Order: sequence, then C-alpha cells, then structure tokens
Amino acid sequence: MAEAYIYDAVRSPRGKGRSGGSLHEVTSAKLSADMLNALKTRNDLDGHAVEDVIWGNVTQVGEQGGCLARTAVLASELDESIPGVSINRFCASGLEAVNMAANQIRGGAGNAYIAGGVEMMGRVPMGSDGAAVAADPTVAMKVYFVPQGISSDIIATEYGFTRDDADALAVRSQQRAKTAWDEGRFRNSIIEIKDINGLTILDHDEYMRPETDMQALGSLEPSFSELGETTPGFDRIALMKYPHLERIEHIHHAGNSSGITDGAAAVLLGSKAYGERNGLKPRARIVGTAKIGTDPTIMLTGPVPVTRKILAENGLEIADIDLFEVNEAFASVVLRFMQAFDVDPDVVNVNGGAIAMGHPLGATGAVILGTLLDEIERADMETGLATLCIGSGMGVATVIERV
Amino acid sequence: MVCFSYSVDDVGVATIVWDIPGRSMNVLTREGIQQLSDRIDEALSDASVKGIIITSGKETFAAGMDLNVLAGMREEAGERPERKLIEQVMRMHGVLRKIERAGMDPATLKGGKPIVAALPGTALGVGYEIALACHRIFCAENPNARIGLPEIQVGLFPGAGGTTRLVRRLGVMAAAPFLLEGRLSDPKTAERMGLVDSVVDDPVAAARSWILDARKEDLVKPWDTKGYRMPGGSPYHPAGYMAFVGLVAMAHGKTHGVYPAAKALLAAIYEGALVPFDTALKIEARQFVSVLMNPSSVAMIRSLFINKQALEKGAKRPKAPDRPVRRLGIVGAGMMGAGIALVSARAGIDVVLVDLTQEAADRGMAVTEAYMDRSVRRGKATERMKAEVLNRITATTEFEALAGADLVIEAVFEDPEVKAETTGRVEAIIGQDCVLASNTSTLPISDLAKATPRPDRFIGIHFFSPVEKMRLVEIIRGRETGDGAVARALDYVRQIRKTPIVVNDARFFFANRCIIAYVNEGIRMVAEGVAPALIENAAKLLGFPLGPLQLVDETSIDLGARIARVTRAATGGGNANDASDDLLFWMEREGRLGRKVKAGFYVYDEDGVRQRLWEGLGRRYPMAERQPEINVVRQRLLLVQVLEAVHALEEGVLTDVREGDVGAVLGWGFAPWSGGPFSWLDMIGPKTAVETCERLEALYGARFRVPDLLKEMTARAGGFYTLGET
Repeated sequence: MAEAYIYDAVRSPRGKGRSGGSLHEVTSAKLSADMLNALKTRNDLDGHAVEDVIWGNVTQVGEQGGCLARTAVLASELDESIPGVSINRFCASGLEAVNMAANQIRGGAGNAYIAGGVEMMGRVPMGSDGAAVAADPTVAMKVYFVPQGISSDIIATEYGFTRDDADALAVRSQQRAKTAWDEGRFRNSIIEIKDINGLTILDHDEYMRPETDMQALGSLEPSFSELGETTPGFDRIALMKYPHLERIEHIHHAGNSSGITDGAAAVLLGSKAYGERNGLKPRARIVGTAKIGTDPTIMLTGPVPVTRKILAENGLEIADIDLFEVNEAFASVVLRFMQAFDVDPDVVNVNGGAIAMGHPLGATGAVILGTLLDEIERADMETGLATLCIGSGMGVATVIERV
Repeated sequence: MVCFSYSVDDVGVATIVWDIPGRSMNVLTREGIQQLSDRIDEALSDASVKGIIITSGKETFAAGMDLNVLAGMREEAGERPERKLIEQVMRMHGVLRKIERAGMDPATLKGGKPIVAALPGTALGVGYEIALACHRIFCAENPNARIGLPEIQVGLFPGAGGTTRLVRRLGVMAAAPFLLEGRLSDPKTAERMGLVDSVVDDPVAAARSWILDARKEDLVKPWDTKGYRMPGGSPYHPAGYMAFVGLVAMAHGKTHGVYPAAKALLAAIYEGALVPFDTALKIEARQFVSVLMNPSSVAMIRSLFINKQALEKGAKRPKAPDRPVRRLGIVGAGMMGAGIALVSARAGIDVVLVDLTQEAADRGMAVTEAYMDRSVRRGKATERMKAEVLNRITATTEFEALAGADLVIEAVFEDPEVKAETTGRVEAIIGQDCVLASNTSTLPISDLAKATPRPDRFIGIHFFSPVEKMRLVEIIRGRETGDGAVARALDYVRQIRKTPIVVNDARFFFANRCIIAYVNEGIRMVAEGVAPALIENAAKLLGFPLGPLQLVDETSIDLGARIARVTRAATGGGNANDASDDLLFWMEREGRLGRKVKAGFYVYDEDGVRQRLWEGLGRRYPMAERQPEINVVRQRLLLVQVLEAVHALEEGVLTDVREGDVGAVLGWGFAPWSGGPFSWLDMIGPKTAVETCERLEALYGARFRVPDLLKEMTARAGGFYTLGET
C-alpha cells in the first residue's frame, strides 16, 4: 500500500459568522477559491495537478449548494480538468475530506488531492438545509433526537463535569489562542483574505476574547435550559435514553461552546512519488484514519471510541501520541476526552480551539489538522492526533507523524 | 335503515339530513358511508340542484365513527386484513374528496357546487371530518356543543382526512392540540381557533344563503389551488422546520414514545405535509391502518372506548328497578366528602353534607364554591349555574337532614370504630330503602357492614382523589350486599358521569391492592440500591403518570406506613414486604411524610413544588455500584401490578377482565397504551408472561410466582378476553 503525505496546509482567518463579521461580505465560492489558489501558488500546481478536490461543507444549500467543491475549482485558478466533490460529515467534514483523500492515495486512486472545506455560517445559517433526523417523527423518535447543545449537557451530567470545569477550559482556550497569535504560531498557515482590489478584508481570528475570565463567563446564562426544560422539553427525551439520570445539568453557554464563524481550510496531500516528481517536501505522513458511529442522543462522545479504534488499528497506545487536537465543539466534549484517556491537558489543544477562535463547521477538521501539524513541527514532536465529535453521533480521527 | 335523507327545496338547495333512527346521536356506519356517497352523487348529478347542505336531524351533528364497526371491519377483513382496510379507508377518502371537489373539473377548478356543513351541535371525530371536507362550516351557538377530533384518546388518530385537512387548514402548530391531545372546543372557541367558519343562530339558514351567494373561488380549498403554502410553513420551510422539530420533541416527551397512534399521527402529519393533498391522504390511510392493526391500539379502543362505554351503560348492573338518586347524604366534609358533594351537585343531585362542626361542613362546601368560581372564570359555567349548584348543597351538622336520602356516603376518618359509630347514627335516621355506602379505601366492607342492621343495603363506593378529576369509581360488594344496593350505586355513578367497576370485597379491593404492590416494588428497589431516578423514569417510560416514589409522596408516607402495619398485623407479620416496610417506617420516623409536609422521597420548595429527589435517601440506602437494566426495572414495576390483578381475578374480587382493564387505566393510570393488565398479558402472550415471571421470581422473590390461572392460560388459546367463552 502506498503512503499518503501532507505537503501543505492553509486556512483562512475565522470571521464572526454573522452580519457585521468581516467575512460576511465574502462568498463561499471565493473563500474556497482563495484556499485553492493559495495551495496552487505555494506549491506551483499546474494543469491536472491533483486528482480531485474533496471539499467538506455542512449546510449545502443556496450558495453552498450545487456541489460547491466543483464551483470552487471553477472559481479558482486551478485547471478545469480537476473535478470536485462536496462531502458532508457534519463538523468533521474537513477532516473526513483529508481522510478520504489520504485513503484514495493509499489505495492507488490518484497521486495527489486537495482536501478541506468551508462554512460561511453567517451567510448560510446552520440548519437551513433541514434535517430529517430532527423533523421526521419516525426517525427522530427512533433515535431520541435532541440538539447538540442538549447532548453536550448530557455529557456533562453523565460524566460529572461542572460549570466551573467547562468555564475553566474555555478560559484556557482563550489564553492559549492569544499566546499562539502573539507568538505567530499560525503565521505559516493563515491566508489573508483580500478584496478584488487587493485590500485586506481579514487577517486574524476575530472571534477571540482573550480578556475572558471565570467571572465574565460566570455571568452567562446557560444556553440550552429553556430548550431542555421548557419548550419543547428535550430533557425529557434525554432522560428517556438516560433514565438513570434524574435531570440534565445545563452547563454550556455561549462562552464555553464553539463560536459561530466563517472560515475555510485546505490541505495538499500526495504520495511519496508525487512529491519527488514535483520537488515538494512532505511535512507529515498519514499514519491512520478512522470513523465510527455512536449513540446519537448523547451524540458528541465520538472522539473517545474513534480514538480507541484508530490507536488499536495502528498498533498505538495513547502514550504514543505527543499532541492532540480535540475539537472544542463544547467544553464537555474535550473534558470527556481527557477524562477517558487520562491525558494531560497540556498536550490537548495547546494553541486554543473552537471555543476561542470559532468552528466554521465544514472547515474545522482541516483547520485543526493544520494547527496540529504546525505545532508538532514547532515543538519538534513526532506524532499528533486530531479528532472531532459529530452530529447524529459519529466520530472521526486522523493520526499524523512527521517525516 | 335510512341514515341520510335527501330533499331539494324550491330554490334548488338540496339538504342531506343525517338522522339514524333509534340512536340519541349519529355515528357513522358502513351503511351510512354508502348512503352519504349516494346522496352526494344524486345532488351533484341533478342539474337543478345549486348546492348542498349537510346537517343533522338531532340536536347534535355526530359522535363520530362507530368504533364497533371499526373493530368489526378488522375482524371481517380476513387473514391479511391490511389491504382490505386500506381499500375501505381510501373509499371513505373518496367520498369526502367528492364532497370537497363537488363535481368541479380539477384542472380548471370550475363547475363545482357549494357544499356546506350546518352543525346544530356536537360534531366529533368523523362527524367533524365530514364538515372539514365541506366548503364552509356553520355551527349553532350552542355552548354545550363540542367540536373536535378526540380519536387520539382511545388509541386512534383522525383517519378520515381530518389529520391531513386540519394541518393544511390551520398549520401544524395550531392543529397540534386538536390532533395530538384530542382537545375539544365549544362553538365560540372553535370559531376563534378556525375549526369552524361561523357560529350562527340558525346554521341551516346561514348555509342556504351562503350557498346562494357562493362564488366559484369559495368552493376551492386553499390546498387545491396553485401556490398553496401551509400556514406556519411546511417541514422544510425555515419557519416550519423549527415548528416540526419542536412538535415532534414535545409529543415524544409527553407520550414517552409508547403510543403507536401518536407516532403514526406525527408521521402522517409530517410525511403528508411534504406531498400534494391526494398523496397525503394515501399516507394518512396507510398510517391509520397500521394503527388499526396495532395490538396496543386494539387494546386501547377495546378498554377505553368499547368496554368503558359498556360499563357506563350498565353492563354489570343487576336487574333492579331504575332508581336515580335525587337526594344524597354525605357524612364527612373532608377532601373526599367535599369532592363527592361537588360532582354530585353538578350532576343535579341534592346534597346534604354533614360534619361534626358547622365550620368543617362549610369548609367542605367551600370546595364546590371555589371550583365553580374557577369554572365561571374560565367561561365553562355561568354565575347562574354556579348558584344552582351551590343551592343544591346543604352543609350542616344535623344528621337529621339525612332523612329522605336515597343514598348516603360516609367519608369519615379511616378507623373502624369511627365508621361504625357514624353508621349507627346514620341508620337511626335514614329510611328503609336508603342505601348506605362507605368511601373507605382500605377497610373491608363486610366488616364495616357489621355496624348496620341491614347489610344488604350496605356497599362500598370508592372514589379516587381528586374526586372531580378521577374518572373511575370502584363499587365494592360486601358479602351480604344485595343486588338492589349495587344497582343503586351504579345508577348514582352513571348520574355523576363516571365509570364504575364492581368488585367483591377483599383487603384493598382491586385498585389499591395493585397500587400498593406498585409502590412497594418501587420502594423495595430503593432499598436494594437501585437509583431512585431510574425507578421513577422507568415508570414514566411505561406511561404511568407518576413514578412510585412520587405517588407515595402524594398520598403520604404515613398512610403507606399505616397500610403496611395493618397488612403485617393481618398477615401475621413476616410478609414479603419487609424491605419496603422498613424503608417506609424509617421515612415516617424521619418525618418525611410526603408532599403535605414538603419532605418525602422528593425535596419540595416552600410552595410545595417538587424540586428533586432527596439526597438523604442515599445516605441510608446507598445506590449500588451496578445498576439494573432499565428493562428489568420496567418489568418489575409492571408485572407486580399485573400479577395482583390476576390474583384478584383468581380470588373472585374481580369477576370480569373488562373491569380489571378499564379500572386499572382509569383508576391509577396503568400503562394506558396496554389497554390494562389483562390486555397486556394477552398482548405479550401467556408463554412470555410465564417466562418473565419465572425469571423475576428466581431473582426477586415469590411475589413474582406464576399464578395458577396464568399457567392455565398457556394451555388454552385465546387469552384472558376469551375466559368466559367456551
């Protein structure tokens, strides 16, 4: 089997995903094309340079509909002979795109791929594509559907995380993100977004609130208690699935959950021969990829079983991993990951995460993989693991190793 | 039999009058469907007819579908009845669609005749569904009339287009309470909510003039026009999406997912909302038939409609002359006595409410006053009605006022001596024909009867609390109680419009013996270290309104402890309830007597609002490291009650499984989806039941031992509902 390598990884800065956010004026086709163009420029991609563009995107309607992947290629400077395929694995779409590309390369179907994703959450609102899992009574009742926020609070209740635990993690995320920006740790990967005249629209993650402290977070109201306890009363459904719990503790709020942002990211992957032929130096090898389905009600515990799976399949122990990126969809997701594997918080999300910088759904998987790669290079480590929790109860993970 | 008659007046308005001979209310039969169809055909094909009024020859329009017909349809449809049932349901859709299209060309929407429903009064179920198919609904201004679709309450959902039409007419959120809860409305409310178009003095006259003025666009339903949008949005419209997600969650949470009809209804709403009208009807029909075939729905219809009605109509009444209760005596104006006074006075019965002090008697009367005040505030009663009801109650300390009563119910303190003394005082005053009843919930009637010289006129009438809300009344026949007393008690229950069951005398009769078993099993599990939340949630997942721990908090711990002591004394101690008794006695010593003292298994706030389970429980009864599967907890809670019911039948306390089932569901909310304990046993089959008992007996003790009767059932075909048959 061939090996797959990462040759390059770029991302956009993350804009606040609402009107007034800096990227709100940018189309998803342009933001996507900017990432593709950056890879083209940085790596001298010419002609049929890659086999395909696998593009993660969650809310595939409106401007993000109609196979945005192909639209992005056509909007970019890439050759029209390169096709594009949009994929949706919810929050892990960006990482799933990378995994699919890697596995195609490993299986011999093409030498190189661009994989990544985009989400313009302020322009194409989350949920605006509808979801039968929530609205179709036959399915929703079968799976005991509750929204993600309720699921994150089930995790907290089931595994005993308090509001203070979650808030402390959020404060740390903000502080680490600030340090990372202050020290220029993202410099190599951030692609400044410019307008048609070459003027800068956004060059930094604008969602961050580095001044956040426990006191500030303490004043925020829980986001999901109304939805859970009153209308429509999702807690009742949660308790039907988790009947040993007396009630759901609602600990999550806007300050310890991921931010709604706009953003994109792209990764260039190829075989060893591809790099040699094109004079590109591989930065990391894809050691393994994994995906799994889990209970859809608690929904967001996927990182734990998918990590167990990827470690087992690759003959690894948790201690073999030097650094972790666990998407901060909600604080409890990361808390649960650290609890389950008893890993040191000092090796998890060391440059902050989605709580501080935001979670542009379709892009985040590729974003955190790039962040992981940058950091193991900077800190001179060997292996890293990126994983995300996923809507409807799934998990995706990737292990990389420097070469 | 002529169900629908037909005439045409001099201006060309045809009137179809629904009037089934010999029935107080119209119900739709198979014959009726055909006749309605024929009359419509006749009117549509007669060029001189300008329009059609559908009305009723009775004070009401219709009570709905004849559910016996529905049950019959299923039985007659043969080995694989689904196909035939779909055909019949689609035929019904065809007739109503014919009314709705009224002969117009579906492409140009031209050429139709106006068809109007003129409702003189109550229109329920298919009665209202017929109206929904018409182009206009006029309803008489009749505050006693009820409009709506109550099908869900008996395990069905509106399957003659009512689901599809109401959602399209009102939007999903507005239609939800009428479809999912079966909420009924008086005409004014129905008009305000959009269920009917106009409330008028004379609906037939209004219908006639509307027909003569109708324009062609008045005949086209919004859903038959191009560009129709569902009010509030369809499932994948941005606004509609959240409504659908919320509705599904709300319904799921409230029904705990145990009612097949609720699931099918939601599916019909959602899937129907995504397709054109005629396709939606097909979906509705498929879902409806799936419900007709579902054992849970079959059992619910049988218990909650057919058998409930049969019991209310006197299926168990001994032959005796009709003797309605005109004058009722009540001794003891506490919570139960006051409630009995209220429901009786509301039913038009003169009530004498006696207590030892005038203050106590007045307090009892104040309950009725407060209740009627609330009814007036809610527009459910007028000041005059309130005055009439209050005038019927005499609150007094004079036992002599009981003279002339047809029935006296004592509701004094649960103490044999107090009761005996009361009986003596009452007997000294009442006439020879008067029946004396005890509302005891725990003391054997045959023992209490010893205080009367006329035990044949002594009976138990056991109300449930709160009296005004609970539908069931348990009538207890003592060893010497005569048929005349039973008939009198049944007539009285019928007067106050509750549902009776008649049981023979035994400790705790029928209902309480099952409830006590339920509560004890819950408490015992706490003692075993099962998480209290798991116990309470398991009960709710079975469809019980209250978990056992909440139930005992409501009824009070000291009552539970008292019952435990009495039972221990009666059985000579050393019974199977040691574990739960110990816990109850401990709670009693701790002063955690339940909600009335704002402390019990739960913690309450100052207003008595339940907050959370009491952590102190865990200090004395720590939770086990390994918790049982929820299914085991569920089985224990359900089976322990079911087995009590089987024992009650074996011992002759119950004489009829119908009463056992109806009594269980109405009396204490026993898993309504099951249709009752015997229906549940028939549903899972005696073999599975025996296996479950054996497994539970091995693990949890002799109270799960297979009753002989249940063992016998494995050897015969047909189940409990064929017990009386040979």
